[in-house]
Amino acid sequence: MSGFFDIPSDLQHSWLGLVGLHLREALLPVLAGLVVSLPLAQLCVRLRWLYPPVLWVTTVLYAIPSLAFFVLLIDYTGQTELTVMIPLTVYSLVVLVPAIVDGVRSVPPETLAAATAMGFGPVRRYFQVQLPIAVPAVIAGLRVATVSSISLVSVGALIGNQGALGNLINDANIYNRPELAVNAVLSMAVLAILADALLVAVRLLLTPWMPRAGRRRPAADVPDPATAALEDAVR
Amino acid sequence: MNLLHFINAFFGDGAHWHGYNGIPTRVGEHVGYTLQALAIAALIALPVGLVTGHYGRGGNVLAMIAVAGRALPTFGLLVLMTLLVGFGMVNVMTPLVVLAVPPILVTTYEAMRSVDPSPVDAARGMGMSEAGVLFQVELPAALPLILGGLRSGAIQIVSTATIAAYVSLGGLGRYIVDGLYQRDYEKVVGGATLVAGLALVTLAVFWALGRFAVSRGVRQRA
Repeated sequence: MSGFFDIPSDLQHSWLGLVGLHLREALLPVLAGLVVSLPLAQLCVRLRWLYPPVLWVTTVLYAIPSLAFFVLLIDYTGQTELTVMIPLTVYSLVVLVPAIVDGVRSVPPETLAAATAMGFGPVRRYFQVQLPIAVPAVIAGLRVATVSSISLVSVGALIGNQGALGNLINDANIYNRPELAVNAVLSMAVLAILADALLVAVRLLLTPWMPRAGRRRPAADVPDPATAALEDAVR
Repeated sequence: MNLLHFINAFFGDGAHWHGYNGIPTRVGEHVGYTLQALAIAALIALPVGLVTGHYGRGGNVLAMIAVAGRALPTFGLLVLMTLLVGFGMVNVMTPLVVLAVPPILVTTYEAMRSVDPSPVDAARGMGMSEAGVLFQVELPAALPLILGGLRSGAIQIVSTATIAAYVSLGGLGRYIVDGLYQRDYEKVVGGATLVAGLALVTLAVFWALGRFAVSRGVRQRA
């Protein structure tokens, strides 16, 4: 009757249009989260006492179910994309802040001392020494945040067609066409895996000093502390 | 602040404290879903993570499984399972388990890998069996991190179990979904507050579990 990529007309988008919409709704929040969490993490590194309360606050915010968060925001921002993107930004903080803090803290004190001795001011030291060394941890955080953001956008379907590919799930339910749900789930999974692979590629580009060919071996011998710290984000 | 006003109105209404749609019943259901999903996820992820971490193999495969698990949209999986198997517990448990397996799996693996190798060598040198090394040396040392993974999984399940209400089951999501359709913000805010509170309780439970289960030597070193 209709092909796998034929989208019901009520969504007013082609499959590719939905994919584009989905990427925008999922990736902009992660970007905003990164912009917020970089200074926040730096504050937490500077003022040690600030870190635990920040973790607690982000964890509590993270625990608010996305659907409830969306519904609460409708009062302020209406049934718009913004209503979906604000919670996703907040959620990304719970992963990004600890990732950046752990990454920046993992810079050896000798390295920092060397930078200071070479006459680096605090700002230049941050951008040219601390941040580049923290890149693997930051990217690890971005990977988790991006992938979960892509999957969470779909809940936006419940507040009036703001879920991009998630709207297909809703339509699958309404029109009793399971293949639409299969399409949505598969498309989102593929998008998430592609985004994840892209971030790995970005990390390889940004950290040319890391061993590349033998990457597999050190990963197996020395556990990546960033990964463990990340999974432990909800402290 | 009208948010506080809503919270006050919700919890102040005596009707919300009794019957099948009362707060005690819904909290009980929510905790039930959470424990069930967490138990299934732990049953799948813990043994695999412990064994792969012990032998230090398959880390890349685990990472790939974790990414795939995270990539599957929870809500989509829920509706898809409902369309395929009909209403029931299976369709709610599947996405929740898929959600909780990656953090538990990856953390357990990394926790086992990050155990100091010298006591493990010493244990082997003393003639301990592989199972002995795993359960008496590595597991106690890795326990804080493993508990951390279980806690991440538990928090995610607590906050996501609300979707069960979308396919007509109970739990705290009832208040949120019903409130949404009834335009009853009081209910939505009340439900969200309860879920956030439950997440805090989960954090506290895992903190207590850490105090209770992790051996003193490991705790002081951490």
